[in-house]
Amino acid sequence: MIGLAFALVFFYAPLDADQGFIQKIFYLHVPLAIVSLCGFVFGGALAIGHLRSGERKWDMRSYVAIHLALIFGIAGLVTGSIWAKASWGHWWVWSDPTLVSFLIVLLLFATYQPLRFSIEDPERQARYASVFAIVAGAFVPLNFIAVRAAQEYVHPRVLTLTGGNLPGPMRLTFLVSVLAIALLYLTFWKYEMAAKSARGQLRALRRTLLGDDAVRPLGRSAAPS
Amino acid sequence: MRTVVTLLRKDLLLELRALETVPAMILFSVVTFVIFHFALNRATIDGQLAAGVLTATLLFASMLAINRLFVAEREQGGFDGFLLAPVERNALLVAKSAALYMFLAVLELIAVPAFGVLLLGPSLGPALLGLIGVLALADAALAVVGTLVSAIAVHTRAREVIGPVVGLPLLIPALIATARAAGPLLAARTSGTPPGKWMAFLGLYDLVFALLAYAVFDFLLED
Amino acid sequence: MGPQRPAIELRGLTRHFGERTALRDVSVRVAAGATLAVLGRNGAGKSTLLRILATLLRPHAGEVSVLGEPLPKRSFAVRSRLGLLGHEPLLYRDLTGRENLLYHARLRGLPGARVEELLAAVRMERRAQEPVRLLSRGMVQRLAICRVVLHRPELLLLDEPRANLDPGASELVEPLIGRDAGATRVITSHDPQAALAEADAVLALAAGRVAFAGSPDQVGAAQLRQLYA
Repeated sequence: MIGLAFALVFFYAPLDADQGFIQKIFYLHVPLAIVSLCGFVFGGALAIGHLRSGERKWDMRSYVAIHLALIFGIAGLVTGSIWAKASWGHWWVWSDPTLVSFLIVLLLFATYQPLRFSIEDPERQARYASVFAIVAGAFVPLNFIAVRAAQEYVHPRVLTLTGGNLPGPMRLTFLVSVLAIALLYLTFWKYEMAAKSARGQLRALRRTLLGDDAVRPLGRSAAPS
Repeated sequence: MRTVVTLLRKDLLLELRALETVPAMILFSVVTFVIFHFALNRATIDGQLAAGVLTATLLFASMLAINRLFVAEREQGGFDGFLLAPVERNALLVAKSAALYMFLAVLELIAVPAFGVLLLGPSLGPALLGLIGVLALADAALAVVGTLVSAIAVHTRAREVIGPVVGLPLLIPALIATARAAGPLLAARTSGTPPGKWMAFLGLYDLVFALLAYAVFDFLLED
Repeated sequence: MGPQRPAIELRGLTRHFGERTALRDVSVRVAAGATLAVLGRNGAGKSTLLRILATLLRPHAGEVSVLGEPLPKRSFAVRSRLGLLGHEPLLYRDLTGRENLLYHARLRGLPGARVEELLAAVRMERRAQEPVRLLSRGMVQRLAICRVVLHRPELLLLDEPRANLDPGASELVEPLIGRDAGATRVITSHDPQAALAEADAVLALAAGRVAFAGSPDQVGAAQLRQLYA
């Protein structure tokens, strides 16, 4: 899976060799942002699964989804800032509603891990995190509507560019890079899930073989165990 | 319904007895107005700037109330007392939101005239009815989201920090709508009617979060 | 009178807190109207057991049946028939005793007259109009006991009921929570002798497991020493 994702990511490079370096950032920034937002909503949906079934593995899925989406999101924000500097000369532009809404969403989800960390009882931590993930997931569209409605500037916006005005080769490259980033995300997700689950199983095994006291408690942690 | 009234009575009685929340919010707001006067270095403000200052101040003042909303429950065993009773658990959400709404209303009863006197250029008169309408919707947003966030925060270790840190981003859309709705009202020449688009958005926000809160609140209480 | 269903039936009850297991495979049966004494050191799981019976905590494994109703499925139904006295009195310190009790009464749809009746029974009619934070611990405990029996529960879960009570106050509350109150009772106490004196059955916990269970006369001094060593 990883191999396939990377192959796709590198595949697009030859396609826009004739354009400026700046444009390439765009192919990184927008897919990162899109995948990140989908990741947050995905995390919210997984959290619903957790609350409905009561099984901890759903919380694990939700946690990993959100945690990865946050990383992708920060990367998206940084690349967006670089692109803004290159295109418009400023590191940050308030007039781009997508960028602004995105910042707000990231500010919100940045509180997810501190929130988890501050709840000691693991069951309660998982439950409260799921509640947060659901509310925050629902918040994402509301936030975008509000910020978009609040912008009165006329400014060439990112999504109008991607909306439909992309010429052929650019559109293909764009779609491919979205797919590549999405696959990268899913790969990381599966990988982290497997790693955590293996660790959990190892601990459970040690506990049954060696007795409760042989396994040191994990201590406070933001991650589900 | 009877449960909600019982809970609400208890909370209002507690507030009247201890007087911890509402006076603090009022004091905070007035002090903030003074700070803004110096920070902006203006004798009067109007229009969108005024709306922004007022909305931001009310938002931050509400954080004081949100931090204290469930503290008595947590520290004096109020949660257990409630959870042992054979009543619907969402009543706590409704009652606390109603209490918070009332605290905010009292706050605004004093803070808005104070704002009119201290900072606002144009007179409050023509804008008053429209402003009341805007604040009525805004308070609902603050009440519902505030209660939800407060319930989450009260079981964490960093109680006073988690509340604002999680609540403020969630409330940004409501802040935007409130400030934009109030902007035209506080301008020098105002028609007195708030812009429909923003009122509608506030209403939508209130509805979405009220439904969300109602759906998830039970999970915050169970063990 | 034919055989009644047991008031409490636990089979393999298990409850964790994170990685720590608070209760492991606890089984016991308590007949209706009987008194069960739960003994054990601090941290043995006594309070956890009481809270699960009170529907405040969910069992993680095993079967729990209280007053004929399975938990947690029927928690809501059984809540009005039991009363829990924990370490906390569950009273708001800034409200008066009377206001606190009226609050709890209204939550359960009971008339104010019932509150007055209980206040008279524990001789706190006058002091009940002062804020709880001004009262001595013994008086707070008396109010807490009133709170527990407001709705005449069939099952009383009492965690150290006589804590802070002088002999006089202890006598006052006896008709409310004592043997003759008519309810099934589960009592924990730091004083094993006192608990054994009024118990029909005993359950001893050590580190979340059942150390021994039986009738009070089966409990010897040696076993008690081992339990509390």
